[in-house]
Order: sequence, then structure tokens, then C-alpha cells
Amino acid sequence: MDLPHHGYRATKPRARAAPPAADSVLFEDTSSVGPAMNSQGYYTPGYNMEGASNIQEGPGMNNLFADPMASAAMMYGSSLANQGKDMVNKEISRFMSVNKLKYFFAVDTRYVLKKLMILMFPYTHQDWEVRYHRDTPLPPRQDVNAPDLYIPTMAFITYILLAGMALGIQKRFSPEVLGLCASTALVWIIIEVLVMLLSLYLLTIHSDLSTFDLIAYSGYKYVGMIFVVMGGLLFGSDGYFVALAWSSCALMFFIVRSLKMKILPSLSSDSMGTGSSAKPQLRLYVTAATAIFQPIIIYWLTSHLVR
Amino acid sequence: MAFTLYSLIQAAILCVNAVAVLHEERFLSKIGWGVDQSVGGFGDEPGVKVQLMNLVRSVRTVMRVPLIAVNSVCIVLLLLFG
Repeated sequence: MDLPHHGYRATKPRARAAPPAADSVLFEDTSSVGPAMNSQGYYTPGYNMEGASNIQEGPGMNNLFADPMASAAMMYGSSLANQGKDMVNKEISRFMSVNKLKYFFAVDTRYVLKKLMILMFPYTHQDWEVRYHRDTPLPPRQDVNAPDLYIPTMAFITYILLAGMALGIQKRFSPEVLGLCASTALVWIIIEVLVMLLSLYLLTIHSDLSTFDLIAYSGYKYVGMIFVVMGGLLFGSDGYFVALAWSSCALMFFIVRSLKMKILPSLSSDSMGTGSSAKPQLRLYVTAATAIFQPIIIYWLTSHLVR
Repeated sequence: MAFTLYSLIQAAILCVNAVAVLHEERFLSKIGWGVDQSVGGFGDEPGVKVQLMNLVRSVRTVMRVPLIAVNSVCIVLLLLFG
């Protein structure tokens, strides 16, 4: 895959889409096949019921469809459920593309384990390049460098639960505190993503980082936060600071190496004339600022939990 | 510093209001941020200042009418519920 020209690379040249069902290499999507088959299996015995020819059904289905009202009600209910599902899908797809979101949740256990290892110990990881397959990025199942949204979501929820537990240990718990903690963390992520988007726009950095990518990279700090809070709970104040130092260094390294590939371009020889001397510096500042912001926010959001 | 989502919405409304009150010819032109001063070089990389001016102008154009509605709702809610 070669870039058409270097001067003005298009923003987001590749769309991340869940490929259609024919391309089963990238993404097995069995959600649409399963219920259709089930409802097919349920419909046909219901139609044949009046003819009293229950022979073709298995013995387990007889008592379900002996009552015509129950089968009619089940058919009606399933058609209502399908209508509701279609309506919800249509409304949601007006705001965000569900296919792009599906890409970020295509993970498996091996990927999650490797990614967590990289997040906590990124110093031995060699190859940080995101791999592509015919112009679309590979889903996280096949590429350990691809960002995903599963780990940040789970880490966010775990962080909230851990915060509740830490406050409960210190007898400072009340149910409102959980909601407050959750919304504070969410607001900080929103602020960080907005600042990143603003800086990417103002400095005219044409990278293929979408909004979901930025949310993913911002959400990886929750893994560090969980580690820090666990260290603080298990080993007291000393353990808290040691864990904070460790996870800050690891996260800063991870963010710099990951964003360097996306933001700082591979500078070719025919880059633009006068502006190019300032551009790599500004991009470096953006990457460095993002990295510096991580330990600050980790400290801010966890220090009140571990006194 | 405990944020709620409501305080984020409040901060966002205040920021957008602040951008919307920057008058084009009375203020922005006087300090060299008007739209007639943004036609810089014809290279394909506009600078930070040009991008910022474009952002201010586009925010003012887009959010002028929705801000009327949002501010009215906000005023009514604040009057009713304090």
C-alpha cells in the first residue's frame, strides 16, 4: 500500500469497518445468524400445529406448542422485539457508526493478556507498528498494537469498584461517592479527548487517529490507576508511591511509542518548505504533553483514595 | 475536584458563549483576528493562528441559533431550580 503523495495526506484514509459476512478472516460475526435460525426453527412448527402433524418436531417441542395461544404470543413477542431492535439500531447509527465501534471490541483473551503486559512493562516490546490488511487496520484480535475499547471500559468499571472498596475500607463510603467518582473520571477523559482533538486540529496534524482511537489511548491510563490503587491498598503509602512511579513511567513510555507512529510522520525528503521546521517540534510537544498529562491525572484521581 | 456531568455541561455552555460574543468587526479586526486577515500564504499548511481564527468564525456561525435556545433553557432552569 503506497501513499499517493506526501504533501497532503488525507485525514483518516482508512475506514475501520466490520467487514461483511463473506470475509470471515477478520471478524466472525455470528450475531445475525443465530437468532434467525432459532426463529426459523420456532416458526415452522407453529404453522404446522393445526394439522396435528407434530411428528417432525422433536419430543422436546411438543409441550411448548400444544397451546396455540402460547405459540402465537411468542411469535408476536419476537416480532415486537425485532421491531424494537431495528428502531434502536437506526437511532444509534445516526450518532455513531456501530461498525466502527464493533472493530474496537473484537478482542480475545490472548490479546487482552498481551496488551496488559505491554501496558505495565512496555520496555521489551519491539514492534509498535499497527499492521494493516488491504487498507483497513487489523482488528485487535490479530494485531497486538491496535487500540481497543474493551480494556479501557473494563478498567474504568474496575477502577470505580476499587474506589468504592478503598473508601469503604476507610469507612468513608456512601453510594453518592461512587457516582461522583465515576462522573469525575469520565469528565476528565472527555476533557482530555477534546483537548487532543483541538490540538490535532489547530496544528493541522493529519493523522488517522479517530475519536475512538483517542478515547482508547486515554482509557489505557485506568489500568495504571488500578495498579496504583491496589499498591496503595496492599502496601500503604510507600507502596502507593512506588506503584505510582512505576506505572507513570510505563504509561508515558507506552503513550509516546504508540502516538509517535501516528502523529510524527516518517519525514520524507520532499516535505513542505518553510513550515516544516516548526512542525516536528510542535508534534513532539503534543506527544510529550499527552505523556506528561497521564501521571498527573493518575495522581489526581487516586490520591484521595489512599491516605 | 469533583466534577459532575452537569458541571461539564455548564462549563461547555460558558465557553461557547464566550466564543460567541467576540464581535467580528468591533473586536476581532482590531486585534488582527478578522476573517479578512486570514488569507495567508497558499501553502497547504495554514498556521496555528489561521486555524484558530477559522475555528472562532465557524463556532460563531454554527452555534449562533442553538445558543439562543440553550441559553433560554438554562435561564429558565436556573430561575426555577436555583
